[in-house]
Amino acid sequence: MTLQREKRDYSWGMVVDVDKCTGCQACVLACQAENNVPLNLQDRFERARVMSWIRVERYWEGEFPDIKARFIPIMCQHCENAPCEPVCPVFATYHNNEGLNVQVYNRCVGTRYCANGCPYIVRFFNYWEPVWPEAFRNHLNPDVTVRSRGIMEKCSFCIQRIRRGVRNAERENRDVVDGEIQTACTQACPTDALVFGNFMDEDSKVSKMKKDDRHYTLLPHLETDPNVVYLAKIDTDKSAGESHG
Amino acid sequence: MQQRRTIDQIHTNRVLLNGQLDTPKWWAPTVIVLGIIVAIGFFMIGIMVNKGLGVTGLSRPVYWGLFITTFVFWVGISHAGIMISAILRLSQAEWRRPVTRAAELLTVFSLLTALMFPLMHAGRPWRIIYFILPYDFARGIMPNIRSPLIWDPVAISTYLTGSTLFLYIALLPDLGNLRDRTTGWQNALYTILSLGWRGNPRQWKLQTVGGILLSALMLPIFVSVHSIVSWDFAVTPAVEGWHSTIFAPYFVIGAVHSGVSAVVTMMALMRWLWKWEDFIRPEHFDALARLLIVVATGWLAFTFLELIFAVYGLDAPELALRELQIFQWPWNILFITFVITGYIIPVGMWLQKSVRNNIALMFWSSLFVNIGMWLERFLIIVPGLARKTPFVYTWESYRPSGLEWFILFWSLAWVTFLMLLFSRFFPLVPLFEQKESQTFSDSIKIGRVKVPAIVREAD
Repeated sequence: MTLQREKRDYSWGMVVDVDKCTGCQACVLACQAENNVPLNLQDRFERARVMSWIRVERYWEGEFPDIKARFIPIMCQHCENAPCEPVCPVFATYHNNEGLNVQVYNRCVGTRYCANGCPYIVRFFNYWEPVWPEAFRNHLNPDVTVRSRGIMEKCSFCIQRIRRGVRNAERENRDVVDGEIQTACTQACPTDALVFGNFMDEDSKVSKMKKDDRHYTLLPHLETDPNVVYLAKIDTDKSAGESHG
Repeated sequence: MQQRRTIDQIHTNRVLLNGQLDTPKWWAPTVIVLGIIVAIGFFMIGIMVNKGLGVTGLSRPVYWGLFITTFVFWVGISHAGIMISAILRLSQAEWRRPVTRAAELLTVFSLLTALMFPLMHAGRPWRIIYFILPYDFARGIMPNIRSPLIWDPVAISTYLTGSTLFLYIALLPDLGNLRDRTTGWQNALYTILSLGWRGNPRQWKLQTVGGILLSALMLPIFVSVHSIVSWDFAVTPAVEGWHSTIFAPYFVIGAVHSGVSAVVTMMALMRWLWKWEDFIRPEHFDALARLLIVVATGWLAFTFLELIFAVYGLDAPELALRELQIFQWPWNILFITFVITGYIIPVGMWLQKSVRNNIALMFWSSLFVNIGMWLERFLIIVPGLARKTPFVYTWESYRPSGLEWFILFWSLAWVTFLMLLFSRFFPLVPLFEQKESQTFSDSIKIGRVKVPAIVREAD
């Protein structure tokens, strides 16, 4: 059951066409640069503390030599019925009325309870104070807070870009045009496998793509009602029904 | 056949006050050594707060580890107090008398210790004040009362307040006793603390009524505290092995198992260290072991129910978790140790009457229980997180760092340290309860045998 929320203008969401994903990792890099995500050096891999708000998971299907590599980009699913939200004791993560699952860094005390609650494992904890090499200091995005140690972070759907887009539209006294607001990952995706937009707008690209027969959401049995919709992989050598991401 | 020696009151006073009036020689060195360990432990915690949680072995997705395990462990131990002093008091089990205070004391100190673990395991402990105290009224942001983490401190601080009051009320007559036997600064201390206790009938009546009322008021806490701790895990649908409806009763009965066992360990130590053979007798161990057999078996039933749920439902993720927990290295060795030390060895031993009356064997078997119960919590918390779920792309298990192990060790030293410090100033066995039991004890003749009997407190 989804909580009834107040009427709203926006319901931000993303459609991921797994069929188009080549696993190139451009989205991962773009996200890292846009959102001031700390560098994943060797130490972080060894201690299993890698941070990447979006990641491309790779699966092998079949047996050698008839083997296929499958890719699926995974980021915060911005669930309408998010398991991470009710467990946070300080409302550091909550659902806003634009369909976003937002993380308020100032409130976070670092219980890591939300991360345990998340079935997609897309929440990241800052075990150390993030450090960048001296040369990187001026590359940080001034629109995005640098998270200190001891707090959780995760994909925000590039909320700084959403805010800027909405503000520009309001200033010019018009509606937000579909495709005007792009997250870093959708902008970087060379095959347009990632599409970002407003589900509230019936004519938007994401709304149309969502109606595709291939659509599915991740872990639907948990009834989290994600705002990220996936479109299944089309396998030419298989019947259509069997295949998915 | 129970042996009941008549002990006169002068002897009772002299022996039971030996901790205060005639401190044993081992006391000071032991406290100094423990004090050093405690100081190092606090220093370690300081390092962790200063440097960040990177110093632990936690990772992604194993976000909770040794600290939460130890937190649950100490909350479990704290159930000793309410079991012994409230439930046994209300059910008028006479053998509880010499151990009530020690059990209550263990409750207070283990709760204090337990509360420190969620604090130190948080990323920004200095901000936790936010959720223990309602904060930021200006912006109207209250703590999220849907989160079990809000109810944890509420339940634990309620329990802590109740137990402290209970402990203090039971201490009053003994404080009066000590006041009359000390001089100088000690006399001044006990005069203030005993609140003008003179032992007149009205004071005795109030003291008794206060104790009974508090034990009745604390009964709901018996159910609530560990239930709420279990909800920390049970409300999480994403983690297989946590999301279980039987967690609340399962945790409560496990807590009683570990708590009462800890009391047995402590009783044996008290008997040896302060030479209270006349007061803490094999019959007390016998009674506790009988109680423990029932509790442990009930708890084992829950443990197996958890496994049966997996096998009955044939839910693939749950089966995968149980498979990991029971059969895969290194969890399999922990699981076997947990079942053997938590149930098979101790209960197998307690079924023998000769063991129940043997203090040394009871000491070791009760220690085994708590090793097993700590492992139980570890096996519930960590494998659930470490399991390879569909979307974990770092398949890493959890290796606690040396610092985490030391802080676990510190918590043991810290509770012992506090207990010993308390024993220097206050009697660990309630004198008045001891004397009361002497007054109430009687013997009746059945045939040729004299059997000890109890004159009831009521009517």
